[in-house]
Amino acid sequence: MNDLGLGDVWVYLSASPLLHLLATLVAFLIALRINRLAGGSPVLHPVIVAIALLIGFLTLTKTDYPTYFAGAQFLHFLLGPATVALAIPLYDHRERVRRMLVPIMVGTLTGVTTAIVSAVGIALALGAGRQTALTLAPKSVTSPIAMGIAEKIGGIPSLAAGLVLLTGVIGCILAPWIFRWTRITDPTIRGYTLGLSAHGFGTAHAFANYGAVAGAFSGLAMGLSGLVTAFLLPPVVHLLGL
Amino acid sequence: MSLIVGMSILLGCQFLGEVIGRAFALPIPGPVLGMVILLLGLLVRGSVPAGLRSMGEGLLKYLTLLFVPAGVGLIEHFDLIGREFAILIVTLVASSAITLLVTSQTLKLFARRHHDNETPR
Repeated sequence: MNDLGLGDVWVYLSASPLLHLLATLVAFLIALRINRLAGGSPVLHPVIVAIALLIGFLTLTKTDYPTYFAGAQFLHFLLGPATVALAIPLYDHRERVRRMLVPIMVGTLTGVTTAIVSAVGIALALGAGRQTALTLAPKSVTSPIAMGIAEKIGGIPSLAAGLVLLTGVIGCILAPWIFRWTRITDPTIRGYTLGLSAHGFGTAHAFANYGAVAGAFSGLAMGLSGLVTAFLLPPVVHLLGL
Repeated sequence: MSLIVGMSILLGCQFLGEVIGRAFALPIPGPVLGMVILLLGLLVRGSVPAGLRSMGEGLLKYLTLLFVPAGVGLIEHFDLIGREFAILIVTLVASSAITLLVTSQTLKLFARRHHDNETPR
């Protein structure tokens, strides 16, 4: 095949959604393999590695983000129904929630408020702009919810998604250290704390390192804190005068 | 067939959530309202339909993959990230540490108190 032929094929492929949808799936598969080789380290989380690979690919092929997203949107769209599906693990653990209702309610409200106020407060104290601070506000909740919230309160949804992913990684690195230092050994508390602070990444970490009960509690925390943040964040942001 | 039923329930709840959110100008994302609607529905029904469970758990199993397209969007914010890199990283690390600490201590305190109230009898 001559240069012109290859060029034609590239022009066709780069304009069709097929290429970037496939690239996203392949990048994720490669990222899973890399993460497994690294012994499941949270620093090389598959999502982070996949994003780095794809950003490299787009930069090399000089593709802009809207072109990429035209293909990748088919995966992105599924975040909506996936968020709705979080109701299923919540429903499954309804008995446990009923039994632990008081600690869970107090812990969720305190944790969510701490996450929002500390993120916005520290960012503003360090001299961040209003939009950056608002984008950081929902960083602890799972990204479909965080993106929706960022959009509603005047942050940047796609930056919010990236910051949420970074928060997940940071939470999984810090948590074992903090649990050891403050002698937190109860798997339910470990799981719930991870799910509240580091959403889905924390839940995966809890399942892998602290067992099924911790994982279930972490999933519960992710769903509940997402819900509470969605209701609480707009008034809190208003109170902070942003 | 049952997967279609499951997907229809999920999209139906999301649709209702979007409509309610827009109708009442609520600051809550449509899918989150959809999650509440589905949870209420499940509590009323008392069980999870098989098709809904396999569809929902399938989606949640690959939830991390679904974050990738939005995460690649960071490419559009390299300017802002470069300008406020230190602020972003310090905020994320410090705020995560504080949140982990406060949440775990609160849970520990209230779980113990809760436990003490229940066990004496």
